[in-house]
Amino acid sequence: MPASAKPSIADLRDRIRRLENGAAHNWPALPFGIEEIDRRLPGGGLALGCLHEVAGGGSGAIDGAAAAAFAAGIAARTEGQVMWCLTKADLFPPGIADAGLGPERLLRVVVDDDKALLLSMEEGLRHGSLSAVVGEVMRLDMTASRRLQLAAESTGTMGIALRRWRREVDAADFGQPTASRTKWRVTEVPPETLPVNGVARGRWLLELLRVQGAECADFYVEACDEQGSVAPSPVLADRSATTGYGAGRASA
Amino acid sequence: MGQAAPARDLPLALKGTDRGKRIITAADDLAHHIGVRPGQAVVKAQALYSDLLLMDAEPDEDREALERLAIWALRLSPIVAADPPDGLVIDTTGADHLHGGEDKMVDAIVARLAETGITAIAALADTHGAAHALARFGGKARLIVPAGQTADAILPLPAAALRLPPPLIENLKSLGFDRISDLASKPRAPLTLRFGPELGRRLDQALGRLVEPIKSAREVQYIEMRQIFAEPIGAPETIERYTRKLTADLCDALEVAGLGARTLDLLLYRVDNRIETIRVGTAKPVRDVKQLSRLLCDKIESIDPGFGIEVMTLTATAAEPLLAKQVGAAFAGAPKPEVGGLVDILANRLGQRAIDRPTPAASDLPERSVAWAEPDAEIKQGFPKEWKRPTRLLVRPEPIEVLALLPDHPPRAFTWRGLRHRVASGDGPERIFGEWWKRDPELESVRDYYYVVDDTGKRYWVFRDGDGEFDDTGKQGWYMHGIFA
Repeated sequence: MPASAKPSIADLRDRIRRLENGAAHNWPALPFGIEEIDRRLPGGGLALGCLHEVAGGGSGAIDGAAAAAFAAGIAARTEGQVMWCLTKADLFPPGIADAGLGPERLLRVVVDDDKALLLSMEEGLRHGSLSAVVGEVMRLDMTASRRLQLAAESTGTMGIALRRWRREVDAADFGQPTASRTKWRVTEVPPETLPVNGVARGRWLLELLRVQGAECADFYVEACDEQGSVAPSPVLADRSATTGYGAGRASA
Repeated sequence: MGQAAPARDLPLALKGTDRGKRIITAADDLAHHIGVRPGQAVVKAQALYSDLLLMDAEPDEDREALERLAIWALRLSPIVAADPPDGLVIDTTGADHLHGGEDKMVDAIVARLAETGITAIAALADTHGAAHALARFGGKARLIVPAGQTADAILPLPAAALRLPPPLIENLKSLGFDRISDLASKPRAPLTLRFGPELGRRLDQALGRLVEPIKSAREVQYIEMRQIFAEPIGAPETIERYTRKLTADLCDALEVAGLGARTLDLLLYRVDNRIETIRVGTAKPVRDVKQLSRLLCDKIESIDPGFGIEVMTLTATAAEPLLAKQVGAAFAGAPKPEVGGLVDILANRLGQRAIDRPTPAASDLPERSVAWAEPDAEIKQGFPKEWKRPTRLLVRPEPIEVLALLPDHPPRAFTWRGLRHRVASGDGPERIFGEWWKRDPELESVRDYYYVVDDTGKRYWVFRDGDGEFDDTGKQGWYMHGIFA
């Protein structure tokens, strides 16, 4: 909320949002801990008890490597067990542990097709024993995403649909409307050049393509650390002025 | 006993302790032949034959084995009991004609036991006491006493055949009562006064003057609920309603028994005499009505009711102790459900192997460094943190074409899936040696892993099969193995 908004307006907005969502609960949000990102998100972070979508950019739409680390980082910052549903068993847990989600909190569910995957995700979201459910899904239409969103709302479990496609051109599907609260695209960008031989910490372009009740934005961040937190990239500081379009009415 | 079985050509005896003395408790034929007898001191037996094989007697295990044998013998007659330490008692009343007469039945039992390596002595008589005495003191491997001749058969037997406590037998012997006939002919009152009521009771039991009920061995009693329908049912909603009702009843019964179900079998008997089944399993004992009926109802759609279902039974075919526990106070809000419940739902729907948890395995090879364990596996330690690991590991390493300086520089460029990537920076090598203790071809093999970043910022994990110098370490081909975040 912008500080200028009157309390009565804020209250009204809150009521409208509740009416719109039909949600019985108002689940809290999970902040990124980066002011630049958090102030763009309604509630100051990623809403728990909601469905979020994550996809990789470029060839990441196929392998979903950075998207997996981003999703794992978010899931790691929730408190509890995380279920990861997939159809292609190429998830490598040591790498996921590097993004903060250790094996003691990770349950893997391998299914044959998207249909079973969506059912498993819904089951996990509706059960209430998990803190987050990640599902690597190719197709996600309005009906399926709405079901997941409702299941997540009922228990406060965070749902993350990690979208992966077989070909890069199929990734255009990501533009289709769904009931998810936010849509993110994670693209690896070249890191800073080190003065010595070696590899610097990964750097991502985080595109917030859609967010319910706020405006799109993009950020440059450093890849997840072992606590699952992304860090503002120096580029983020550089770019903030130019991407600051509409910053004053971000939640209008 | 397999490998641990004792040699057959040496005499074998079992030893145990009796009031602090080490004694022989049993001896095989060979040992018996050289003079080893049960009850002898161990030292004496060893003095008789120095190579005598001595093993510890395990009376508890013997008793358990006897119980199992009794359950096996239930196929012969509905009333069978173990008669420790060394016998089985079978009430064959009304069962012998099923086996073609008493004679054939006894032969069949002895032969069947001989097949499994048990040398059995069988005696058939009117009473338990008489059969017991004749089997042990009758002196024949097979003995059938015709009905009504029991008294004649047992009267010449020694008094020890009467299932009396050993001190009493000693006592009788010292007073000159050698045979059962000596006892049977004496007036009962002085005998009871002198030796107590036990003697008279055993005598009466053996002669059939006193009934002796046999408490039959039973297979484990299942907790089972049954619902019979006057009119056959078929609609899934109806089946579901009665499944819930049966589950609620079963959970009440489980609660009384202090058990939780591990496996539930729901049997639906169709009018055309076919049985439809639903079986669900849980990872931990459960007696929560909601959770169990949920698991069962999930599978109702797999049922074909045909012309209708007449009878439904719900059985807890595996149950384990489950203590009652307090489930939160009323004002603390609804308790958070346990992950185990979700695991059961998914495992029953997708199969046991569909849901698992990664655990670190002691291996440097990436494809072997993760073991997929049961969802409730306990994780003692995390993955090693020395090196960064990719988030995606290709199921099979894919060959790539590489431009690299040998022996140990990261690639300058590589072509993977038809696309050429220019490498902006790289790290490595991380040298991983083959696990020669697992497979012979891995004796010399080496993999050099490199962490490379291409000029778009994508990060890859590539390796060279070999150390870049010696061909016996590998074929020096390059492979793509993983993708970093």
